[in-house]
Amino acid sequence: MEWLKTHRNDAILIAALMLLGGALAVFLYATRQDGGYVSVQMDGQTVMELPLSEDTQVLLGEDGHTNTLVIRNGTAQVVEADCPDQICVRQGAVQYEGESIVCLPHKLVVSVEGGQGSGIDANTG
Amino acid sequence: MKASKVAQYGLITALALVLSYLESLLPPLGVPGVKLGLPNLAIVFALYRLNWKDACIISLMRVVLVTLLFGNGAALAYSVAGAALSLSLMGLLKRTGKFSSVGVSVAGGVAHNAGQILVAMALLETSRLAWYLPVLWISGTVAGVLIGVVSGVLVERVPDKK
Repeated sequence: MEWLKTHRNDAILIAALMLLGGALAVFLYATRQDGGYVSVQMDGQTVMELPLSEDTQVLLGEDGHTNTLVIRNGTAQVVEADCPDQICVRQGAVQYEGESIVCLPHKLVVSVEGGQGSGIDANTG
Repeated sequence: MKASKVAQYGLITALALVLSYLESLLPPLGVPGVKLGLPNLAIVFALYRLNWKDACIISLMRVVLVTLLFGNGAALAYSVAGAALSLSLMGLLKRTGKFSSVGVSVAGGVAHNAGQILVAMALLETSRLAWYLPVLWISGTVAGVLIGVVSGVLVERVPDKK
């Protein structure tokens, strides 16, 4: 390809970046584990921890700043929010340790934590 | 400042603003933060047609204006971080003289996404966002190639009247 000859450095840079990104993705994917519970942080403070093994629904935040978090079948999902971008809602469900749902406008982080509570019946749902 | 420079600043900043708006109209691409980076067309163009300092000023004006027009205050920190890291890296790579606009723009795309995530991690005091890194890393590379190719053509074809 003509382009490769004239843009050798560009091609090397692109290939290197792709490999690095791919390696990072493979590493994170290979080391993923089902989570035991979700930790809810608002404004940097942990406000609650909910086991993924118990189906539940909670309303987080106050008027004008709310997110509805639903836990079902071992997954956590924000089903409704009144933030402008709706990114947290569109993201769908999370279930693996280290995954998180973030609502930047509301400074909300829902992250899946491992270990504790992830006994045998945590994954049966 | 010369009048021609003021006009050039205004033109390219306006173009970057229009591209920002255009991009906000596009349907979301699945993962938050994955985007084409259309405004970067104008920034890379400015980097090549004008110089690094001019590109920084135009980028800063774009970020501030976009925040005032469509954004919220919280997003400003992420935008500034992304733009700053992106421009620093693009300036460095361009200075080496070893890369074309494609390589420069690819580095800019990846740096932009990485900068935003790092600031989000710092502001939200969580390392959990690391999950986004590989996704945004690769999407930034792909978007950077597209933007780099197009801006390379633009720099070549748009007449330069001094």
